Amino acid sequence: MNFLPPIRVSAAFGLGLAALLAVGLAGCSGGSRTQIRIVGSSTVYPFTTAVAEQFKRKWTEFPAPIVESTGTGGGIKLMCAGLGAQFPDAANASRRIKKSEVEDCAKHGVKGLIELQVGIDGLVIAQAREANFPSLTERDVYLALAANPFGKGPNRARTWKDVNPALPDIRIEVIGPPPTSGTRDSFNELYMLKGCNSEPAMQALKKSDEDAHKQICEKVREDGAYVEGGENDNLIVQKISANPQALGVFGFSFMEENSDRVKDVPLSGVTATYENISSGSFPAARPLYLYVKVQHVPAVRGMHEFLAEYARESTWGRTGYLARKGLVAAPEAIRRAGEATARELTAMDEGGLQ
Amino acid sequence: MATLAAPAAPIAERQPTDWTTQAMRSRIAARYRAERNFRRLGAAALVIAASFLAFLLFTIVRDGWTGFQRTETRIEVQFDAATLGVDPAAVAGPQGQALLARADYQALLLKAAEQLGPADDTLSDAAWMELREALMDNPALLGKRASLWVPVRSSIDLLAKGKYDLAAPAESRGVTDREVSDWRWLEGKGLLRTGFNTTFLFGADSTEPELAGIGGAALGSLLTLAVTIAIAFPLGVFSAVWLEEFAPKGRLADIIELSINNLAAVPSIIFGLLGLAFFLNFAGMPRSAPLVGGITLALMIMPVIVIASRVAIKAVPPSIRDAALGIGASPIQVVFHHVLPLALPGIMTGTIIGIARALGETAPLLLIGMRAFVTDVPQGFTSPATVLPMQVFLWSDDVQRGFVEKTSAAIMVLMLVLIAMNSLAIYLRNRFERRW
Repeated sequence: MNFLPPIRVSAAFGLGLAALLAVGLAGCSGGSRTQIRIVGSSTVYPFTTAVAEQFKRKWTEFPAPIVESTGTGGGIKLMCAGLGAQFPDAANASRRIKKSEVEDCAKHGVKGLIELQVGIDGLVIAQAREANFPSLTERDVYLALAANPFGKGPNRARTWKDVNPALPDIRIEVIGPPPTSGTRDSFNELYMLKGCNSEPAMQALKKSDEDAHKQICEKVREDGAYVEGGENDNLIVQKISANPQALGVFGFSFMEENSDRVKDVPLSGVTATYENISSGSFPAARPLYLYVKVQHVPAVRGMHEFLAEYARESTWGRTGYLARKGLVAAPEAIRRAGEATARELTAMDEGGLQ
Repeated sequence: MATLAAPAAPIAERQPTDWTTQAMRSRIAARYRAERNFRRLGAAALVIAASFLAFLLFTIVRDGWTGFQRTETRIEVQFDAATLGVDPAAVAGPQGQALLARADYQALLLKAAEQLGPADDTLSDAAWMELREALMDNPALLGKRASLWVPVRSSIDLLAKGKYDLAAPAESRGVTDREVSDWRWLEGKGLLRTGFNTTFLFGADSTEPELAGIGGAALGSLLTLAVTIAIAFPLGVFSAVWLEEFAPKGRLADIIELSINNLAAVPSIIFGLLGLAFFLNFAGMPRSAPLVGGITLALMIMPVIVIASRVAIKAVPPSIRDAALGIGASPIQVVFHHVLPLALPGIMTGTIIGIARALGETAPLLLIGMRAFVTDVPQGFTSPATVLPMQVFLWSDDVQRGFVEKTSAAIMVLMLVLIAMNSLAIYLRNRFERRW
């Protein structure tokens, strides 16, 4: 230890230089990729990963697809950043792609997206097993959580009874997703907007001043009644099962998997069950999508086979393996159309987007 | 002069303190009491800290030790060539292995599952892969019967481990009546065994808890750290040597020193943003690759290594340098023959602590795409991979209940690796450190 030959030190230095050189070389050769790359929504992530795994088992000649959970907006942005190996091939989305996003795609040369509706997710308001909150409407939720309900000044409701005399005298406390989450977008759309638009004056406002309407309808109060639970839905389940006074907002699959600890609060009297969500009678349901760049399909090995694996009755059907993971199957007509889309690789019609 | 002499007089006349008076005794008692209380407070702080740690360890080990186990069931399989859809004559030929790889094992498994009677729907989705492995290892099995242990579904696995409260009513216990009765049937026939789960240690990620493994993420961590060490160690040590031994003292050296100290305190997510902007978007390197992760983490821990190395080099007494220079060594010889070897234990300790920090880091890796579902064990520095802490993060967010124990088990693996690295740092320090 007292004597270290200089040769060894220069060897270490050389090694470092070699590593830097390798880094430089790799930088130039980042263009090759053999596997499918998918980014996007954390809600669709468990389903797409299951398909990716099944695909890998069946097709041993293709490398396993890589699925990343980046959130819907971030995923679409990554996918639309350009054409080529360093950009992902497809994006999971827990909402429909927006017109502005398609325009962003086109700006970077991405023309033509294949749209597959993979299934439906119910967004439930849940409570602890031992709690017995009777039933809520979207209007109750909006009145309890809006920062400025119907534009009539700050929200002063303290208990659910203040909102609606039929509800119990319990302090308002709802644990839900943070603003960065796609689930929050859905919560705004499925609960807050619907509740807000139940007032005719608000519908009139939407026509006259869209920004004010959005502000009044989607801004959630910040005095502790709405608690941001983070992106981790398991955490929200733990919190509401520990505190029977609190309600939680998360996807149907989490409620189903944790049915020993939490149950849903019926929405306008409709309980969140597989049948009710699938048939469309449960109001707070949202479709889930997979978007694929048409131009990447011929370039990526196995893409066609992967889409065929996704769009199969034994995958996304009522008895398919995704149903066991908590996915509610899309209506049959949509599944049939999806199968055809995956077979013929037809690009979506971008006309009806918002 | 008079003002100075005046106060001196009373001091000389002062009587020695009488320690036996009541006032003095109580004063001494109070001092001893204060000392005892202070020691008790210190001990109490330690006990509180230790009990937090013990609680954390206890809950992780309690939830996680079953994650290293997997429940399997025994089935008799008739490797029937017709069901598999292969021609026995062709299997003996040159394409035999490829043929066997593509055979229809799912059909074979469905047939074999019939013998489980009412519990035929309890096998894992990938149980057929065990059949493929068995037949490909030993093609002579074709046409013969064999008894195999295959994994069961996660729900049956958790039942066998006693993770459900069976006294609770059916709708609130998280497991269906069918699954409970299937499990009772299998258990009654003695067809179940719960044993060590090698898939967990060596396999890669999966969407099924019973098939998920930590091996892919561990290898990803290893590859990432290899890149980190290869870049950060030489660069960090040589920066420190230059700064301590050769840099001209002055304004420039002060600015560099200040920058390095600041860099060591920069939040790790900033390095992730840098990695995203520079390595991925500008240099066009592949996403999710250990190479990019390693470079990003190297940037993050390099300041730590520079600071630790400078301290270690500074601690080598100047007399060593003077003596070496005095007998005619050149400055480079002084550094490489004397200073560096003597400073190396301190440098190694600093480096290992830096590496341990890199091993536990997730934030910068989130941004360069390592929060990914990778179901293949990584093949090299540019193939997609994830790392141990990221795997913990991914599993903790999973819907399925079977991943709760996997998450804790993965934390245990991560902590064991960290403890091993820190122990190595302590060992190196104690073994080679010199006191002057």
